[in-house]
Amino acid sequence: MYDYPDSTGHFGPYGGIYMAETLIPAVEELRVQYLRYRNDPEFKAEFAYELKHYVGRPSPIYHAKNWSDRLGGAQIYLKREDLNHTGAHKINNAIGQALLARRMGKKRVIAETGAGMHGVATATVAARYGMECVVYMGAEDIVRQAPNVYRMKLLGATVVPVESGSRTLKDACNEAIRDWVTNVESTFYIFGTAAGPHPYPMMVRDFQCVIGNEARIQMPEMIGRQPDAVIACVGGGSNAIGLFHPYIEEKQVEIIGVEAGGHGIISGSHAAPLTSNSKVGVLHGNKVYLMQDDDGQIIETHSISAGLDYPGVGPEHCWLKDIGRAQYVAIDDDEAMQAFHDLCRFEGIIPALESSHALAHAAKIAPAMGRDKVLLVNLSGRGDKDINTVARLSGISL
Amino acid sequence: MSRIQATFEKLKQDNRRALIPFFTAGDPSLALTVPLMHAVADAGADVIELGVPFSDPMADGPVIQRASERALKHRMTLRGVLGMVAEFRTKNSITPVVLMGYGNPIEAMGWELFAKRCEEVGVDGVLTVDFPPEESHEAFLHLQRHGIDPIFLLAPTTEEARIEKVAKLARGYVYYVSLKGVTGAGNLDLSDIAKKIPQLRKHIKLPIGVGFGIRDAATANAVAKLCDGVVVGSRIVQEIEASTEQNVIANVGALINELRQAVDQA
Repeated sequence: MYDYPDSTGHFGPYGGIYMAETLIPAVEELRVQYLRYRNDPEFKAEFAYELKHYVGRPSPIYHAKNWSDRLGGAQIYLKREDLNHTGAHKINNAIGQALLARRMGKKRVIAETGAGMHGVATATVAARYGMECVVYMGAEDIVRQAPNVYRMKLLGATVVPVESGSRTLKDACNEAIRDWVTNVESTFYIFGTAAGPHPYPMMVRDFQCVIGNEARIQMPEMIGRQPDAVIACVGGGSNAIGLFHPYIEEKQVEIIGVEAGGHGIISGSHAAPLTSNSKVGVLHGNKVYLMQDDDGQIIETHSISAGLDYPGVGPEHCWLKDIGRAQYVAIDDDEAMQAFHDLCRFEGIIPALESSHALAHAAKIAPAMGRDKVLLVNLSGRGDKDINTVARLSGISL
Repeated sequence: MSRIQATFEKLKQDNRRALIPFFTAGDPSLALTVPLMHAVADAGADVIELGVPFSDPMADGPVIQRASERALKHRMTLRGVLGMVAEFRTKNSITPVVLMGYGNPIEAMGWELFAKRCEEVGVDGVLTVDFPPEESHEAFLHLQRHGIDPIFLLAPTTEEARIEKVAKLARGYVYYVSLKGVTGAGNLDLSDIAKKIPQLRKHIKLPIGVGFGIRDAATANAVAKLCDGVVVGSRIVQEIEASTEQNVIANVGALINELRQAVDQA
């Protein structure tokens, strides 16, 4: 039986609570409170209600038949997380944590965001539940994801640009942690991915497992069986673990995580710690595979998609890689862009650049597979936020 | 007897409190770090906390963040910092040196090699901000083997049961983080510290140093009255930032002198 993390928050050697002392009591309180509500019928019922009536779940599964036909091999099915309220899977977790924050009496929430989807989700739930909201976002990402910045402001959140370091997601995390350490008693940190100190990797996973739990019911209804493989993009890896985790015991289903290959693994300019065999290290509260130099300094990553532009990865993905239950591959910027355009043109769906990495890998392996094979890809978010980036790369100014 | 223990015992005999300056190795330049160590020791520092720069200093405010960025720009590495301590020890065998930073550069080197090198070059203690006792088993083992003191943090949020736990593991001295916030923050509350220290003393038999947010002679004096040692970091790094390569040694020396007097008047 696969049963992780252990009671100290470790997935094998990964995970843990690598935080400054001031925050240790806060993560401990969070752990105790989460364990208290995790199986509480009233909490679960409220979470389910919100997912159904506010988010619009269950999200459908769609057979991308045109695209599959063009590829000429395996059939590609899409789990439509892009149809959720706020346009991505991030809202599942934001609601779960906001419900917990309310029960813990916290009136102020903070978040880090890369592509802006988690920031928008957090700003949304803060508006929904009447909480003050501050979102930290790298200055670089603020430029890349301008529409999402404005959405957060419309929702009443304060967006704080982070100018330190590489001015992207990891630096936004650093700044959110600094806020938390300063305002630890009043503030709940709604962490956006299945990483960070225990219990975040477990808690975020649990909230995102709605994706895989639905898929396990929906796929047999649609095709009479489970898919041959489930595929999702991996930055921190929350949409991926949400799809993967319910499939871990379904041994016949292959699990494939797709990292951001940037300009290619060989170039060194990417955000693929698992695929590039990075060394294990400690950052943002957990021990994980981490992109770093020989001296243990975190190196700047690159990806076309802000949401995958992160040097680490959630601890459970590290463990799934080590035990061989999941395989991890990388898709470079150009391949992701191709999949982005193909899905737009052949299926009438504009995917997020993050999700386009998962799509691109499906497109890569589908042609060599039989037409009776089925790939389920997590379409984790919609691409409206990315149109400026795509236009710029195509030499078009909007 | 370790250098740290000897230092605090001597201070106790003299009824004085320790002055513990912090600054980041490699800032303002690689060449000036060892001269700065000598300057602060000569001006009355009892223990030197030497910062090992890290790319993602999550517990630090803007002043020490900038120092880390400058040091990394100068290609300061953990190996380089160890070399600096070795150089410092050729002329100073008395002043304890504690390396302070984040765990990942040490993880990358490997704890056993790191602890061995610490012993060889004359490092006395190691404080890794993001390695709480729960995650320090391996670190503790290797540091102990080589006689290096693991310095642990305690915070305003630390409750009694945890204080007890840390008391069992800590060696050298315990570093009490005086406020909820990052280094150099402006929300120091003396009455909070005054309330917390007796609670710590119930379990902690080691000397207690207090740091974070001590910004001038007056706050250093006030905090010194409450504990066994005063850690001053951001204020010194600010002085380094505001100085030129020509006057930085003199300026930092003068600041340490001023802080020394303030602490001794406590």
